[in-house]
Amino acid sequence: MEDLGSIFIKSIFIDNMVFAYFLGMCSYLAVSKTVKTAVGLGAAVIFVLAITVPVNYLLDTYILKEGALTWLGAEYANIDLSFLSFIMFIAVIASMVQLVEMIVERFAPALYSALGIFLPLIAVNCAILGGSLFMQQKNFSTVTESVVYGLGSGIGFFLAILAIASIREKITYSNVPKPLKGLGITFIITGLMAIAFMSFSGIKL
Amino acid sequence: MAKEKVALLSQKNRKLLLDPLNDDNPITVQVLGICSALAITVQLKPAIVMSVAVMFVLVFGNLIVSLMRNIIPNRIRIIVQLLIVAFLVILVDQVLKAYLYDVSKELAVFVGLIITNCIIMGRFEAFALANGPWKSILDGIGNSLGYGIILIIVAFFRELLGSGKLMGYEVLGHKAKTIVESTGVYQYGYENNGFMLLSPMALITVGIIIWYQRSRNRKLIED
Repeated sequence: MEDLGSIFIKSIFIDNMVFAYFLGMCSYLAVSKTVKTAVGLGAAVIFVLAITVPVNYLLDTYILKEGALTWLGAEYANIDLSFLSFIMFIAVIASMVQLVEMIVERFAPALYSALGIFLPLIAVNCAILGGSLFMQQKNFSTVTESVVYGLGSGIGFFLAILAIASIREKITYSNVPKPLKGLGITFIITGLMAIAFMSFSGIKL
Repeated sequence: MAKEKVALLSQKNRKLLLDPLNDDNPITVQVLGICSALAITVQLKPAIVMSVAVMFVLVFGNLIVSLMRNIIPNRIRIIVQLLIVAFLVILVDQVLKAYLYDVSKELAVFVGLIITNCIIMGRFEAFALANGPWKSILDGIGNSLGYGIILIIVAFFRELLGSGKLMGYEVLGHKAKTIVESTGVYQYGYENNGFMLLSPMALITVGIIIWYQRSRNRKLIED
């Protein structure tokens, strides 16, 4: 069993959502034109990942996994509902996003206007579903571990999108070959950043 | 039979089918569905399986959404669409697990991630919700082909340069421990570029494809 600190560091740097698994790439590329919007999306992702990963963890452990229904009685011990996990996870994510949106709107209007359009968009961000699916593979033993994992993955995404947005703001003043401008150069920069992030994979925790 | 097909495809419909292959490519122009395109292109075979899976989900998803487009309430349309995709993806996942177990192991979470593949939601929102079933099917085929082509180009170069194979066959000859025992290009001291197998090279390969495409097709250049 790993301790919480190493799960946290690992999910931010070594298993970085963007640079190691390319998840959430679409919104990463679409929303990184300015630092301001990038921060908004990054914050929303941290928020939603930290909530949905533990909820899906509970769902997986107590309902979906093979033998998870044992608490209902011995005759349910052989039921394996894991083929339903995609549809359950995405339903939880979509409804959680809706719920979070309503709560934030009610209690923190300033935050709501800052996150703006990004909250509803997050339901279809692959980093969120990816977080839940990786959580399923990692076999965490407690809820706390899954909270830490969700939070760490969110922070990893936040760092990545903040970094690329700052670079893209600066690069508009550079003389990039015309066909490479915009999307092309962003891909190549992300590739170089991913190479840099690979150096973390040597770290043993 | 062939003549009938030509008649079915009017000028407009042919545009729907062919535009996504180049001018309106989902990956290099619309920037949709990047995540899976990058992660599963180390080898050609998973890339092809993935393209077929996306094609299945996109064509049938487009069809279902376009048939239901007048009865889906606007406010909950995202959730309805997600459920339609999730249903189709579960089908794909179970079929892969039953008949292509090795590939499904390699694709791992990325089959599940077809659900949130932006290509699918993007086409539902942008096309199927506003157009009839036949057009939506064509749009689905076109866009998944455009997606598949990029996937296959990237996987082709990564597998060929990275491990000297295509579809698992050693097309560049066999590499043995010593140069004398090797065959093909390896006898002349050729080495595989292991760097191509690492994930960052997928990004750079796509970057180069975009570069090439935009220098051929000037109207795509961003200002």
